[in-house]
Amino acid sequence: MNIRKSAAAGLVVLALTASATACGGKEGTPTAPGAKPTTGADAPKLPTYTPKTGVTLDSAVLKKAQQRGKLVIGVKSDQPFLGFQPPGSNDRNGFDIEIAKMVAADLGFGPDKIEWKTFDSSLRVPAIKKGDADYYVGTFTINDARKKDISFAGPYYIAGQDLLVAKSNTDITGPDSLKGKKVCSITGSTPLERIKDPKYGAVVNALGKYSDCVQQLQTGQVDAVTTDDAILKGYAAQAPGKFRVVGKQFSQEPYGVGLAHDDKALRDAISDALKAHQDNGDYKKAYDATLGLSGAPYTAPPALDRY
Amino acid sequence: MTASVLYDAPGPRTRLRNRIYTVVGSLALAGLLVFFAMRLNSKGEFKSYMWDLFQYAGVQQQITDGVVATLKAFALAAVFSLLLATVFAAGRLSDHKPVRIAASAAVEFFRALPLIIMIYLLWATVFEPFWALVIGLTLYNGSVQAEIFRAGINSVPKGQSEAAYALGMRKTQVMLTILVPQAVRAMLPSIISQLVVTLKDTSLGYLIAYTELLYVGRILAGNTPTLGNYPYFQVLLVIGTIYIAMCMLLSAVATWVEKRARRSPKGAPPATPEAEALVATAE
Amino acid sequence: MNVLVDNFALFRQGFFGTLSLTGASAVLALLLGVLIAAFRVSPVPPLRAFGTLWVTLLRNTPLTLLFLVATFIVPEVLTTGLSSYQLAVLALGFYTSAFVCEAVRSGVNTVPLGQAEAARSIGMTFTQILRLIILPQAARTVIAPVGSLMIALTKNSAIAGAFSVTELFSTQKLLSDQGLNLTVIFIWIALAYLIITFAISGLFRLLENRLAVAR
Repeated sequence: MNIRKSAAAGLVVLALTASATACGGKEGTPTAPGAKPTTGADAPKLPTYTPKTGVTLDSAVLKKAQQRGKLVIGVKSDQPFLGFQPPGSNDRNGFDIEIAKMVAADLGFGPDKIEWKTFDSSLRVPAIKKGDADYYVGTFTINDARKKDISFAGPYYIAGQDLLVAKSNTDITGPDSLKGKKVCSITGSTPLERIKDPKYGAVVNALGKYSDCVQQLQTGQVDAVTTDDAILKGYAAQAPGKFRVVGKQFSQEPYGVGLAHDDKALRDAISDALKAHQDNGDYKKAYDATLGLSGAPYTAPPALDRY
Repeated sequence: MTASVLYDAPGPRTRLRNRIYTVVGSLALAGLLVFFAMRLNSKGEFKSYMWDLFQYAGVQQQITDGVVATLKAFALAAVFSLLLATVFAAGRLSDHKPVRIAASAAVEFFRALPLIIMIYLLWATVFEPFWALVIGLTLYNGSVQAEIFRAGINSVPKGQSEAAYALGMRKTQVMLTILVPQAVRAMLPSIISQLVVTLKDTSLGYLIAYTELLYVGRILAGNTPTLGNYPYFQVLLVIGTIYIAMCMLLSAVATWVEKRARRSPKGAPPATPEAEALVATAE
Repeated sequence: MNVLVDNFALFRQGFFGTLSLTGASAVLALLLGVLIAAFRVSPVPPLRAFGTLWVTLLRNTPLTLLFLVATFIVPEVLTTGLSSYQLAVLALGFYTSAFVCEAVRSGVNTVPLGQAEAARSIGMTFTQILRLIILPQAARTVIAPVGSLMIALTKNSAIAGAFSVTELFSTQKLLSDQGLNLTVIFIWIALAYLIITFAISGLFRLLENRLAVAR
């Protein structure tokens, strides 16, 4: 009984110290190398987008957003250079975030009128379906199964499934060398379904967050992480000298902006916005200042698929 | 040491043997601790930069917000589940058969389903994360608490209600003035244990993107790579400590309340073995 | 009905996944729980302290957090050789063992002191007392709570679905990812859980009756 009491006392003291230190903390956010755009004179700068005024659209989702005065955008928060939330802040940064912002501007919402909501891969479709997010931008592969429930504007980028391995690993050279290897991917993502194909012969681990898989690679619990190359490159750049991307893409993952199934007006407006910002150079500028920093060379955006 | 049903008072040889066991046991425990510490150290988990993140005001704010969100969901779920439990228990003890059957069916159904599945369904079909979590917790814990209430009321000796009826009291009167006060006092430990479970289960909210403490922890662990290392260990240790502290605090408050209740002039009924057993089971 | 028939293989995998996960964790939890209970009632202080610490830590930690520890810390500290299924068994087994321990301990404590004293006074040894006097009586009070612990374990095993183990919850997520009607899937999954939990409570009621006859 005494031990129990003193253990309790100890814990309370610990908790109190934790809350006491909360009074005077460092400013800023802990360094996450590579997660934030590098600063410097010739570092690529993020474009700014001027929000349009007087946007009217025959879209139920947009009307609701206008009433509420805020646009709710679903994003990822754990993908460096794509959709990332620096610890200790509510900001987001990355290429997907820029895409979300340029679309928002053309719908009449400036950065201060955006509410970011994080949904991990497995929650995306239900979140859009029930209207938890007005639209979703987060490495969201367009495919037919998903089109049954929601619709997509885009594609705005084409990624490909690839592998991330430890720098010292030499026996994994591509998808065909995975027999009997432990591979981690993310629940609710297309790369996970693909790697489960028996022809690869991989032992598959499915976890909720991208960083979960990378941490498992770190501890040696898995031999490789597989998902889109754009995401993997971000992780490789975040931990220089630790991991390498194999570089043998074995799929095409066209990224789209996910939105409600029957809102054609909104879908067309988003497509228009994407086109406009691709044409005026914002797209390339945004790319260079985000995903480009992970070492993925710029490629021209794919043609939009308007349906 | 107090008398135990298992052991006789130790003689000189037993005392010597116990002393040897004490030394060996202490060494083994210390060895285990040192082993874990060394393994963690060899992976660089005690390097100061791995703990740096907790010094930032923003991070501390997020952890605090997470605790608040956890407590908010817990508080609502606790109140609602106790109310629901009252309704369910009253239903199961009703004199009307249809009411009894309906209440039993509801209790059995919600008790048999994994909470995580209920919460996910509630979220994916209708509710926003907060309400999906609160309603899921309420339905599940309400059903479990209802069973505790019922067991408590059944544990009051039959003579009590018979005497009350003989005095001409109505059923409601018997319930409210005779059975419930005694039942609550007898079952308080079980009710508390179940409340601790409710508090712990708020952590399932992270699966539906409710930003409670565990969710915050997952973002912090995954988004703060320091020289390519993710602070999973550090964050789990801190978050785990907070959870344990909250649960123990809740238990401590409850124990205090229980002691006060026992001091009351009416006195608490002696806990029956069934009641004791239920205490151990809180799920 | 179509949802079940068309995806029967997935449902079957999930069902047996939950069953085997529950079974394996139950064995671990019972063994560990009895061991820790023995620690907690032993006359050796460090063992008692260890038992108390074990129960306090595991009972007050969310199971999800234990899953995170099993998934990320165990591979780092102990071994990377364990599969996600084995790690889930560890998390579930350790968590439940704390509750089993408390159930066993309170069961032993319900045996009146006089019984053991009487047994000792007629010269029975420790093992005899344990085997003939205490355990048979403790078992009777312990059966019911352990039964509901096993039911709780079945339900808790669903959390493993979020940590790469194939069981009913992961089946549900897989099917809903395919765009099937969530409510329909839910009904079948719920039914599967009801089957398992009712089977367990039936089993324990049987055990209880068996032991009650021996009285």
